[in-house]
Amino acid sequence: MTGNAVPTPLNSGAAEAAGPAARHRVGSDVPFFIYLGGVGGSYILLILLMLAADLTYTSPADFATALEKPEIQYSIRLTLISCTISALLAVLVATPLGYLLSRFAFRGRWLIDTIVDIPIVLPPLVIGLSLLILFNRTAVGIYAERRLEDYFGLRITFAEPAVVLAQFSVACAFAVQTMRVTFDQIDTRAEQVSLTLGCRRSQAFLHVTMPQAWRGIIAALTIAWARSLGEFGPILVFAGATRMKTEVLSTTVFLELSVGQLEAAVAVSLLMVLTAVGVLSVVRLVGTRVTA
Amino acid sequence: MIELDDVTLRSGPFVLANVSAVVPAGAYCVLMGETGRGKTTILEAICGLRPVAAGRILLDGTDVTRWKPAARNIGYVPQDLALFPTMTVREHLEFALRLRNATAATIRARVDELADVLDIGPLLGRRMQGLSGGESQRVALGRALSFRPRLLLLDEPLNALDESTRDRLCELLRTVHRTGDLTTLHITHNRAEAAQVAERLLILADGTLRQRPLGDLQLLDSATSTFSTAAARN
Repeated sequence: MTGNAVPTPLNSGAAEAAGPAARHRVGSDVPFFIYLGGVGGSYILLILLMLAADLTYTSPADFATALEKPEIQYSIRLTLISCTISALLAVLVATPLGYLLSRFAFRGRWLIDTIVDIPIVLPPLVIGLSLLILFNRTAVGIYAERRLEDYFGLRITFAEPAVVLAQFSVACAFAVQTMRVTFDQIDTRAEQVSLTLGCRRSQAFLHVTMPQAWRGIIAALTIAWARSLGEFGPILVFAGATRMKTEVLSTTVFLELSVGQLEAAVAVSLLMVLTAVGVLSVVRLVGTRVTA
Repeated sequence: MIELDDVTLRSGPFVLANVSAVVPAGAYCVLMGETGRGKTTILEAICGLRPVAAGRILLDGTDVTRWKPAARNIGYVPQDLALFPTMTVREHLEFALRLRNATAATIRARVDELADVLDIGPLLGRRMQGLSGGESQRVALGRALSFRPRLLLLDEPLNALDESTRDRLCELLRTVHRTGDLTTLHITHNRAEAAQVAERLLILADGTLRQRPLGDLQLLDSATSTFSTAAARN
């Protein structure tokens, strides 16, 4: 009945002219949604294609063989532990720094802002090189390295603490950005009123602002953890790639690749994807529970 | 008693210079004037939330110009209420008392008393989300009164409320003022609200804060919330 595009009285020009007011032609929203979905979807497709390519290059058998290797098991353990320590440290440092940058206008704030962004813009390899020189070629670094060894029997360079320090150096910058935006978005008025109610600044921060910052803390933790997992260059330079000592999953991929074990490298890569997705999901879930 | 002695306030390009005024102890004073002329700035300066560029602020005869907000013991209800989104109504009422290390029994008694006076007993377990405008106002008022301050500063506390709620809250404010032995400074644009609560009237116009007789309320242009120039200049 309405299959053919026959002008009806409602949409015909004659009816429009005759009507009380000319009808405004709105046009379709479909092209816009095709654009949103098409352009946005192309990126999703790229990610999925990369993962699919990995999958075609490995098998459950490869996966099992890789997981059985004690080196890789060690690497998984060190990765989980080091990423968690550096993410926690990053949030511990980023919370006060983000608050300071968000709430207070002080002389030289622009300089602090710029310094905090340096680890984000620098090539990761340069961070590793800088850490290596700091702890091995400068008086302060050499002193710190010696003291730690004397008191705690801990070496930094080319040892496990170097892994954490390399991850932390980059992850913390991202956590600071997240925490700063978090505090920017929290209204300062409630904090001010709490001052009139008798709070010191620290009490206003702890009792009024921090409970509102949970979502941001979870986000900062997630970002810092994910950054740490992906860290490779600084770890390679500053911590080395010693099997059963400073090997994390990103190093494993590199080591397996360098000896031509492409299947193992791909299996470990997929393991990293699974770990990342798993941890991020758990953190997000906990985050929504906490803030719900 | 609140005394502003030749106070100058600066906030970016905004300057309010050489303001002087006195609100006697026990008075209920209404502060009126055009929007954007610095009424809120004056209130914030009295609370200690805004630095004073020059002059002195005295509370009950003591110079508090350089005191921290926490030390001034002023009950403050800001225009946006600024309730704590993560706390329940009860926690709002307990907040200032906990900071003062009050005993559990004292806190419970005070919360019950406030809940009764403000008629928010059934709301004590609720969070801020979902409270009506009038309920939120009463919670903010309860929070400000919880630690028994001598001074109460209200910044357009009854804005955006319907007329009957406003009338009830005006009555409540009068009761609270009388029974709490308070000195109250209340900013409003609403002539009827001012007439209902005010014992004294301060008008901020052309950068000058002047005390006016209550009769001047009649000269307020209710449509534009401004005073006729005759009232401001006289």
